Amino acid sequence: MIKTILIDDEPLARSLVKEYLKSYNNITIVAECGDGFEGVKAIAQHKPDLIFLDIQMPKITGFEMLELIDEPPAVIFTTAFDAFAIKAFEAHAVDYLLKPFSKERFEKAVNKYLSATDKTKTQNATNEILQSTNKHYEEQNRVVVKFGGNIRILNAAEIFYIEAYDDYVKIFTKDDYFLKKKTMSYFEDTLSQNDFLRVHRSYIVQLQQITKIEPFEKGNHVALLKNGKKIPLSRKGYSALKDKLGL
Amino acid sequence: MTTTAGNKEFWFPYIMWWILWAVVHFFLLQAFGVQNKIAFVDALVSNGLLALSGFITFTAFRFYMPGKGNYLYRIIYLIALPAICVFTTKFALQNIFFDNDDYLKFLESSQYPRYVFAFLMIALMGIVSWLRYYMLEQNENKKRKNDAEILLRDAELSNLRQQLQPHFLFNSLNSISALAGSEPEQARKMIQQLSDFLRGTLKKDDTQTVTLQSELEHLQLYLDIEKVRFGHRLVTEIICDDNAKQMFIPPLLLQPVVENAIKFGLYDTLDAVTISILAKASENYLELTISNPFDKATSKANAGTGFGLNSINRRLWLLFGRNDLLQTEQKENIFLTRIKIPQVL
Repeated sequence: MIKTILIDDEPLARSLVKEYLKSYNNITIVAECGDGFEGVKAIAQHKPDLIFLDIQMPKITGFEMLELIDEPPAVIFTTAFDAFAIKAFEAHAVDYLLKPFSKERFEKAVNKYLSATDKTKTQNATNEILQSTNKHYEEQNRVVVKFGGNIRILNAAEIFYIEAYDDYVKIFTKDDYFLKKKTMSYFEDTLSQNDFLRVHRSYIVQLQQITKIEPFEKGNHVALLKNGKKIPLSRKGYSALKDKLGL
Repeated sequence: MTTTAGNKEFWFPYIMWWILWAVVHFFLLQAFGVQNKIAFVDALVSNGLLALSGFITFTAFRFYMPGKGNYLYRIIYLIALPAICVFTTKFALQNIFFDNDDYLKFLESSQYPRYVFAFLMIALMGIVSWLRYYMLEQNENKKRKNDAEILLRDAELSNLRQQLQPHFLFNSLNSISALAGSEPEQARKMIQQLSDFLRGTLKKDDTQTVTLQSELEHLQLYLDIEKVRFGHRLVTEIICDDNAKQMFIPPLLLQPVVENAIKFGLYDTLDAVTISILAKASENYLELTISNPFDKATSKANAGTGFGLNSINRRLWLLFGRNDLLQTEQKENIFLTRIKIPQVL
């Protein structure tokens, strides 16, 4: 039996998918969610094979929700209008359905999933979507992170700096830090170029948080942040920072 | 373009101008001891011919708008015309007073100052006419630019007005698709509402204003559709005093603000959302307050922005030339959008 979860904030949109799924005896709906928070919980609880996911939803988008899931299931996006998403999915998605979609179109998407013999392949495809969509994402002014069992939405302004940490990054706010499975270059590309700067292979700093630049041993420099933290600057980072600050 | 040569405003001062110079001419000749009769004829002929030359200059410059490189012709013209003028005058006067040797001698000796005077006069005419036509052309350009701006403004306004959110349309159609299977009657009703709403959006003209009452009716169609989409999550309340209902508002101004509030409210919180619209009549203004809940912690970055409100602000600017008619405010977990519509329209 294939377990699926429907995640969409409009009840009628979910009921349409439900109706279309009736003819599939081998697919069972284990949960319905009205937003991404519920979605994260339901996915952790039920470990579905496939989810139907809307993009624009309360609090966090479908993309942001997927970022919070360690091993995302195969995803069929259902969305009304998202030019940038379409582009991103064309290469990798199990499928994307543009609302309103016909039953035939829906069945094509589901059959595409069912006929994929290697299920891990579709999951890899989902991961690839996540990587590639982010490239198409416009500048982000917030980051969604998991925090204990909860989900937090960090405004970009709250971020002090970001530090590389193996496959993860540590996102530091004034007092806390949060882990996220993303690359440094992802944040370098998506955070505002005006506010953030990669000052070191392992560090991205929010310029607003810098109070002082101090010389360090052997002609190197460090940046002193408002919370007292010192961030090492690479040579390249130091000159980029000077440029940015107009020194 | 008003025809310079040919209307009263031109001819009266022009003739007066030459009469003045003829009088000056007359007294000048008298001072040189020329007989009154001869001085009179001389003044008449000289200035009459100059007046004619001046008129020719005006006309010529009108059709021959200077400015594009053909200065040489103009300079030749300005040198030759006074010469022709003075020569013709001399010829005429020599023939009239052929028997008066003293006068003929005087005429001969005064050729040089006569030429200088004629040259200055015609140059003056040239400059005046050039300035005049230049100004006319400038005005014309300004007017054309103005017209173009009005056209552009109208286009922009209608563009802003019809900025229908595709999300809304496609999601509504998706809801109808869902209802068509389970509740066909409901589906039919929603198709009706959506059609009425779209028709209302298309036919409105920005130059008109509508009463708040009719705008609220249009808004209700929109709200009914959104309620079908979002079910119990969306609650709306409209409070409107009777005076306000009869006040005027540019069409389709309120709906995008409410749309923005709904989007903001629904996507920023998880619970049920109450959108309230308060309309109040004050002196010379219709005051509207739209409120929606929001989450202070997460939406700081987006507060007050969003396409919805920017385009409303732009529209208010285009319609009333004011930037202070839309204000936003955050109170606890409520986001307020206040709009004042001037009633002197």
